[in-house]
Amino acid sequence: MADDLQTLLDSLAPLLVEGSPHAVALGFRLERIEPGMAEMRAPYRDDLIGDPDTRVLHGGVVAALLDHACGLAAFAGLGGRDATATLDLRLDYMRPAEPGRDVVAIARCIRASGLFAFVSAIAHDGDESDPVATAAAAFMVSRVSQEAAEKARRAFGKSATPISKVEEE
Amino acid sequence: MSPLDPLLSSPYVQMMRVHFDGHGDELTAILPYADTLVGNPLIPALHGGAIGAFMEITASAALLAGTRLAALPKPIDVSVDYLRPARPQDVYARGIITRQGARVANVRVEAWQDRRAAPVAALHGHFLIKPEGES
Repeated sequence: MADDLQTLLDSLAPLLVEGSPHAVALGFRLERIEPGMAEMRAPYRDDLIGDPDTRVLHGGVVAALLDHACGLAAFAGLGGRDATATLDLRLDYMRPAEPGRDVVAIARCIRASGLFAFVSAIAHDGDESDPVATAAAAFMVSRVSQEAAEKARRAFGKSATPISKVEEE
Repeated sequence: MSPLDPLLSSPYVQMMRVHFDGHGDELTAILPYADTLVGNPLIPALHGGAIGAFMEITASAALLAGTRLAALPKPIDVSVDYLRPARPQDVYARGIITRQGARVANVRVEAWQDRRAAPVAALHGHFLIKPEGES
């Protein structure tokens, strides 16, 4: 089961970031996606600086990275079938990210059942035990996002066989 | 020099092309639509992270407009409620300072598109501020 889900996630991985124009615009890269877990990187970029005096990345970039990583962990936690909508996202900014360093978000789905998934995440700039920010988010399978998932299945047709395989189980 | 200049000189704020429309003590932030703001093209909806970032910028602007600050406000924590999918069009937002102390301010922001009474997202958060002339 878990292996099937991993196969499914691997087959979808290229779409999970590149399918999102905003994630592409910010240069996000998917590092890892596993059942209930996602890791994503935001490479340091001058045009993402918030305060030119400190050259620290804008909090909004870290927010977008955590939001996206949490969404992927929820998706992977719900079995990779259902598209989700974010209900809320709570962010704690522990310290400024070091200028020049990439920020990496690691999101874990704490619980997924039925329509809801709860995710906890950290963002760090090199040392996981010294996070720059943490996040907690709740997701729900919504009608709007389900319709989008249906569209994706139709659009990718036969190339999306792993999805139909999971659905039959 | 406008009190919002430090914010407008931020590379990220410039990349997002956020600008402001002020009338007296009312300040509206505007996030102009761009294809690069889309999070999920299949709905299509703007990226939740872009909306959250835009509301953080709006909160900073509300603080800068209200008090002379020696530095940009720094977010301590923020909480975002996503209320409706944000359509691929401009987003507007306004911030209200709920409480402002000597170091920390509590700010609420609402973002909307077609109707202000139907917000797409709401934020509340704490920001570290450094009023001018204080050490």
